[in-house]
Amino acid sequence: MAAIAARKLSFTYAGADKPSMENIDLTVEKGEFAILTGPSGCGKTTFCRCLNGLIPNFYSGNLEGDLEIDGISVKGKSTAELATRVGFVFQNPENQLFSLSVERDVAFGLENLGIPREEALERVQWAMEATGITSLRNKAPYELSGGQQQRAAIAGVLAMRPSIVVLDEPTSFLDPKSAEEIIRVIAKLNRELNLTTVLVEHRLDLVSRYANRVIVMDKGRVALDGPPSEVYGDEARLIGIGLPRVTMLFHLLRGDGFPVGTNPITVDQASEEIRRLLNK
Amino acid sequence: MISVENVTFHYPGGAQVLDEVNLQIKDGEFVAIMGENGAGKTTLVKMFNGLLKPTEGKISVDDVDTREKSVAQLSRDVGLIFQNPDHQLFAETVTEELSFSLRNFGFKEDVVQRRVTSLMNTLDLDRYSNSSPFVLSGGERKRVALAAILAWDPKHVIMDEPTIGQDYLQKDRLRNFIVQLLSQRKTIVIVTHDVEFVAECKPRIVLLSHGRIIGDGTSAKVLTDPALVEKASLVMPQISSLMGTLQDLTPPSDIIDAYSAREFLSTKLKHVVGRKTSQGS
Repeated sequence: MAAIAARKLSFTYAGADKPSMENIDLTVEKGEFAILTGPSGCGKTTFCRCLNGLIPNFYSGNLEGDLEIDGISVKGKSTAELATRVGFVFQNPENQLFSLSVERDVAFGLENLGIPREEALERVQWAMEATGITSLRNKAPYELSGGQQQRAAIAGVLAMRPSIVVLDEPTSFLDPKSAEEIIRVIAKLNRELNLTTVLVEHRLDLVSRYANRVIVMDKGRVALDGPPSEVYGDEARLIGIGLPRVTMLFHLLRGDGFPVGTNPITVDQASEEIRRLLNK
Repeated sequence: MISVENVTFHYPGGAQVLDEVNLQIKDGEFVAIMGENGAGKTTLVKMFNGLLKPTEGKISVDDVDTREKSVAQLSRDVGLIFQNPDHQLFAETVTEELSFSLRNFGFKEDVVQRRVTSLMNTLDLDRYSNSSPFVLSGGERKRVALAAILAWDPKHVIMDEPTIGQDYLQKDRLRNFIVQLLSQRKTIVIVTHDVEFVAECKPRIVLLSHGRIIGDGTSAKVLTDPALVEKASLVMPQISSLMGTLQDLTPPSDIIDAYSAREFLSTKLKHVVGRKTSQGS
């Protein structure tokens, strides 16, 4: 059973003259780490809004096709019901945190679900450990750095024990080092908990090495879908996604006529390939 | 010129945010202020148009102390575009948003029309002229906020995190737009975490950490200094890291972007490997 299965999924916002998302056929298996990327307005946010039921519950318009989460159709499900299956992490953690302590914030969703106190405490403890913020439990969110705030937001989502997390550019407000730490936390959770992860991201330099799959959307459709090194070809560049700079370098060298091999995703892969060419 | 002399700042009752900062930004210069979350970057640039005044020390813009002018007066010369566009947008349509300040500053209606049309075109906003700014995406709202400030043609343009939420093509446009503004002799100051964007634009970098300036120099110098990069919570541009693994090839130290790396590697590779001609067989 797939974690996410979309079949001919289309959506047109009320008042819009054309669909923002058209005929999406997409299956994400349990435990995958997929990057969802594409130019502004490509439909990725619209797709994510379907995953947690914001479409059609909060955004009106015309939804066609089917979407199943863990084999269950989202049709007729409320956002609250879906929240226990699909956890959302947003760009700016400040929008997600509001309590007076980290622990209260992490517990908030559970209290709303009416989880018994003992179990809630256990889950909160576990989520704080998994994200490395146990020592911050009594701090107020505004006392935390941006990276710590984002960890707290992830912990709050994790405590709900979702089977899927969707993260919408979770590092864009963070300095590069904190951003790297957050991505590592996400990759670790994906690996250790087999947590299906959909990461919406423009900064492919930072995230590509952790994902098994990249889905590129363009003009409301899925344009490319596959492992990063395969997806990062000429078409991806023409669509205008921000390829990792080492990948871009190889595109340039290939364009100059050098017989460079597979597109590298990391510095080490690029370095190895350059050495291989030079030793010929 | 923007001049910062021995500036110290703390919010009332709060911790010290800036500590003895000294900085001169010349007219027509392109400067990126970088550093960790909470380093004091936004606080520093909010002083350039007088939104905040130093606790100690002095900020002057074009030789006038910012204490002697109102924010409205200073804003005529110093356009500050906030990180969060929602802090500055309010009008019902994009066109109104862009025209508002121009009318306030007393520009003639035909000038208003002309400037608004031209800016919407440059920043890829024409199709939204009658839309409410609030139905646009985050990246689009940021461009509306930028256009609204540039409308009155300030001499110094300060952008706080302009690349957040922008896709690659939009960043490319932004880069070209900055080049265009620089050619009009405007001063451009950006606050950013976007190392790769900076590696491609190559501004002078001022590195702040815990309220102090810890580095100041060319992009190539600052971004390839491992100690500075670490201290300011940055990472090196991917291409610099790559060059770091190829030290035995003795690459020049200023290679921080894909285009200069290509140039360098081409000279190394062409002696060793055959090159396919572009025509093929």
